[in-house]
Amino acid sequence: MAGVVLQVVLVGLGSPLLVGVMRQVRARLEGRAGAGIWQPWRDLRKLMRRQPITPAGTGWMFRAAPLLLPGTALVVASVVPLVTTASPLDGVADLFAVTALLTLGSVALALAGLDTGTAFGGMGASREVTVLALVEPTILLSVFALSVPAGSTNLGDIVTAAAEHPLSLISPVSLLAAVALVIVSIAETGRIPVDNPATHLELTMIHEAMTLEYAGLDLALIEWASAMRLSLLLGLLAGLFAPWGIATAGAGPLALLVAAVVIALKVTVLGGLLAASEVFMAKLRLFRIPELLAGSFLMALLAVAASYFLA
Amino acid sequence: MILVGVWYVAALSACALAALAAVLGPARGRPALVGTITVGAGALAAVAGVAAMGGGGWQAWLPEVLPLAGVRLAIDPLSGVFIAVTGAVTSCAALYGVGYAKDGHGPAGRVTQAAVPLFVASMLLVPAAASVSTLLLTWELMAITSLLLVLAEHRRRAAVGEAALWYAVMTHLGLVAILSGLFAFAASAGGESFAQLRAAELSPAMRSAVFVATFVGFASKAGIVPLHVWLPRAHPEAPSHVSALMSAAMVNLGCYGILRVGLDLLGGGPAWWWLLVLAAGAVSALYGILHAVVAADLKRLLAYSTTENMGLVLIGLGAAGFFATAGFDALAGVALTAALLHVVNHAAFKTVLFLAAGSVLRATGTRDLDALGGLRTRMPYTTGLFAVGALCASALPPGNAFISEWLLLQSLIQSGSVSGLAGVVLMPLAVAVIALSAGLAVATFVKAFGVGFLARPRSPAAGAARESPPAMVGGMALAAGCCLALALAPVLIVPALTRPVLAVVAGTGVSARDLILAGGAGAISPTLIAAALVLAVGAVLALTRAVMVRRSRRVARLWDCGAGPMSARMEYTATSFAEPLQRVFDDVLAPENDVDVTPARESAYLVRRVAFHARVPDRIERRLYDPLLAVADDVGIRARRLANGSVHRYLAFGFCVLTGALVVLAVIE
Repeated sequence: MAGVVLQVVLVGLGSPLLVGVMRQVRARLEGRAGAGIWQPWRDLRKLMRRQPITPAGTGWMFRAAPLLLPGTALVVASVVPLVTTASPLDGVADLFAVTALLTLGSVALALAGLDTGTAFGGMGASREVTVLALVEPTILLSVFALSVPAGSTNLGDIVTAAAEHPLSLISPVSLLAAVALVIVSIAETGRIPVDNPATHLELTMIHEAMTLEYAGLDLALIEWASAMRLSLLLGLLAGLFAPWGIATAGAGPLALLVAAVVIALKVTVLGGLLAASEVFMAKLRLFRIPELLAGSFLMALLAVAASYFLA
Repeated sequence: MILVGVWYVAALSACALAALAAVLGPARGRPALVGTITVGAGALAAVAGVAAMGGGGWQAWLPEVLPLAGVRLAIDPLSGVFIAVTGAVTSCAALYGVGYAKDGHGPAGRVTQAAVPLFVASMLLVPAAASVSTLLLTWELMAITSLLLVLAEHRRRAAVGEAALWYAVMTHLGLVAILSGLFAFAASAGGESFAQLRAAELSPAMRSAVFVATFVGFASKAGIVPLHVWLPRAHPEAPSHVSALMSAAMVNLGCYGILRVGLDLLGGGPAWWWLLVLAAGAVSALYGILHAVVAADLKRLLAYSTTENMGLVLIGLGAAGFFATAGFDALAGVALTAALLHVVNHAAFKTVLFLAAGSVLRATGTRDLDALGGLRTRMPYTTGLFAVGALCASALPPGNAFISEWLLLQSLIQSGSVSGLAGVVLMPLAVAVIALSAGLAVATFVKAFGVGFLARPRSPAAGAARESPPAMVGGMALAAGCCLALALAPVLIVPALTRPVLAVVAGTGVSARDLILAGGAGAISPTLIAAALVLAVGAVLALTRAVMVRRSRRVARLWDCGAGPMSARMEYTATSFAEPLQRVFDDVLAPENDVDVTPARESAYLVRRVAFHARVPDRIERRLYDPLLAVADDVGIRARRLANGSVHRYLAFGFCVLTGALVVLAVIE
């Protein structure tokens, strides 16, 4: 149980820092000084002090989304094996349930975007669910491919099986699934080339368009939740494809702390890589995104096929 | 047990009583009287069904009811599932119907009021039928009573007549297919009761012919592509509580038929039967949801979603049959449990959604999502209940469809090594189909709920909507309560499906406590997921309360990037919402856009009027049915020449046919 609490706290407090690191990496590579890794936390603090604003004409869905989005992220943070595989909640939600919970958060935000009744809100919601619908097959097929060697879709089992057979991680199954999952994680978290988190050019944005009407505390919650979702997906990737250092059942407090440091390092490295690669890439046109996702789908399908032929 | 029989006969008697009350009762208060009795009939049927699922059986042989054949009824656990679902849907829809018929909105006439309980009775009889003649007779009774109900509002809208015509033709072509298949079966078996059919020894070719013929007939009732064309026409045009009955209860019986004939009476068969079922299901799931996602008519959207969900059920049935024939009973059990659970779940959420769509139609007079919006303040209950239905339908936790789709995916994923090359290629594709249809279902219901109920009203009618009367809200709330119960306590539902599953395959593979698959292949606990969600949202709320410095919320104008104030016409509509997806699936959907530019008389460069029409026609209807109808029309017109009004000629036709038939007989004998 201590591991679960540690995980939730780590994700909750550390994810704005991850965003800060990624922005800093990007700034340095672009030749700027950058605002420092604590800037997201300063932003959150600033937003939290402001008076919350309810735009006229919005309703309960608009008010509920800033609670649901971090809520789903926290539930996912408590079941994903980041620090420990021996979560007492492991039997509660498997990899399918985790992706469905993240989708639930996106749906809440899309509905909030529609609820504002503005053209931008609708535009963002429409684009978000389009990407969401096309991402789903890739995710589930990657889950399929990963669950074949482990014989289970439970996250704890998959991670344990991979840690016990490290050679399986460089098999074509695992590599193809990894590439497919990286692409869909980028799409889900709204990073380049699918969406640009730094954009405020109306016609290109997806995620930002839905949150335009939020201010103050509500905006802080949404920004915080977005950061948590990013670190959760990166943590999940790290756990699935580099499952070392994760505490197993019966680990003492020291082992848990070590595991927490290890996962923080892994996620920071992954985030840094992602930020660095973003510098060299441009955002895709909206209607080229399906092609990218179709490519990732093909890789996931190949991963499943390979998992049978190599088994 | 005799108990099942008592409840079941009581339910049928209540239906008969309701029909009698509709015919003989006074016009004042007729809907209330008939509706109340029908609610009771539904409740009795649900109890009978649940008792049958628990293992109670019942049989009856009534030789004097029908000349020559007699009526043979038998209820086993499998029929129990469908009787229970029909009963529960009936209770919700009938309660709703009481309010719906008020102030001249719904049908209050004698015939339509009597047709509802008769339709329910026929749907209760179909799964209990235990001989070919009984099944066909009740099947036809179901078709005719539902046709009467589809026609209920034909005086108000011209589209009703056309929809009913499509329905009548398709349902009877389906009947012809079932009839020919089952008659051939009975003829070679030497008897028509199901017991005799089970014991029959048939040649493999005959068995396959019977299966394919009945599959076509039953699939047309389940709205499976390409036999679905009647469904998106008839379901939207029927009165909404009838839509709910048809979409949540009647289409299930198509799946029941496939299951009963394929796995029970024929006892499974070669693997290609079940791969055919699986492929038909996969095509339906994708085609249905693709049309749902671009539909702007709320009830048409729901009808296409029915095609999708029946497709998912068929994927489960196909997988179950495939595994059963390959000898993997535990997997077959998981797949069949998933399919039956999805039947139950779909019935629950589709009832809520159709009833809520009916409330919207009653309050605003339109089903067009592009003209709706802003209903959450005017119709808070309907909005909340539709939200529950939409959450369940989009297969997200904590909804109920998530559980059945999870089970379905698990059964396909675990198939891996056991199913040979066909399985290795097909099962991942089936998983991808389910995933894509789940993703598109999310988009569909975000659109239906977000555009239809949230934001601001897009038309004066939507702005003046009023909440429905209590009986209608009660019917919807009852159905939504079933959804929540199914979503939060699958622990109670899944074990209840054990006996129905064991009635046709030899294993179950799902353990009772939470949802744990055999061999630790996967586990979720929907109850705990929901609890964790509530806890997490509560924690976030507490956190915000703790850190909030300035507590009061200020109401301000929408910012909208500094533009505005925006009018309701600038909102995103259902059509614009679905446009990106429509563009992605352009090749499949083949949308049609017409731009009609009328220039001013003085100059071609001065435009006076631009008219834009966009629609997404059903491509199968266009490509498959329209040419067939054209040929039929053509033949009909040509055949007119044969009938020129001369009696002599008609007598000559009769003479020629008679002598021809005699000659053929003489040659054959």
